[in-house]
Amino acid sequence: MSGFFAMGGYAFYVWGSYGVTFALLALEVFFLLKRKKRETAP
Amino acid sequence: MRVGSIHWFWFSSPHTFYPLAGTIARACAIAAALFCIAGLYVGLFVAPTDATQGEAYRIIFIHVPAAWMSMFLYLVMAFWAAAGLAMNTRLSGMMASALAPTGALFTFIALWTGSLWGKPTWGAWWVWDARLTSELILLFLYFGFMALKASIDDPRRADRAGAVLAIVGAVNVPIIYYSVVWWNTLHQGASVSLTRAPSMAKTMLLGMLLMALGFWMYSIAVALTRVRSMIREEERQ
Repeated sequence: MSGFFAMGGYAFYVWGSYGVTFALLALEVFFLLKRKKRETAP
Repeated sequence: MRVGSIHWFWFSSPHTFYPLAGTIARACAIAAALFCIAGLYVGLFVAPTDATQGEAYRIIFIHVPAAWMSMFLYLVMAFWAAAGLAMNTRLSGMMASALAPTGALFTFIALWTGSLWGKPTWGAWWVWDARLTSELILLFLYFGFMALKASIDDPRRADRAGAVLAIVGAVNVPIIYYSVVWWNTLHQGASVSLTRAPSMAKTMLLGMLLMALGFWMYSIAVALTRVRSMIREEERQ
């Protein structure tokens, strides 16, 4: 399993890509749901 | 206007579009999660290690689908902007506005992952190559579109001004796509095209297509949710 996370020495580049991508997508969804909650509140 | 028995303009009214958008957004959100999980599984566990780039090539499963989405979303945005300009429907302008932040996000992701891929393979985070430069211009076009629309108070005037910018900027999309053909670039040519067999292993291609479908579904879900917010905000005023 540690071999998987090491990505053949490219861990920083590979996980830096995947991590930032999914963090940004999650952030966009978070802000959208927050905006929705604020508007649908009575 | 009636064509056959279908009311073509029925759903161009924000009020009737609202519930439909909600249903589509929910379905697409579920599909996005499933496609992304499948794509990540294939990309990280099934696809073999690349002979020349080792594991670094796995960035492709994010980079290429994000770059496709960045260009495709711009064209969809320009299409809605143009439709709004031609038919003066308010919903078209809202759709264009709703797509812009997601398009900008995917453009940033394409640049970010490209940078993290360029460093180990080219030895540089950034080069002023035709492909990279035109993609950076795409990011600025998205920002310009959003800033222009935000700076005009009257929504219909904002839609019209934004539409002109979006349509003129659409020229950049084929420039990005063909930049690797037209100029001598450091960036490699397309690995996948409609006219010839892809130059990669089948599992690599499958992982990329699954991620692309996931991003596609994600974009529809997010854009429609944003449109619903815009409709609610407009009705409140």
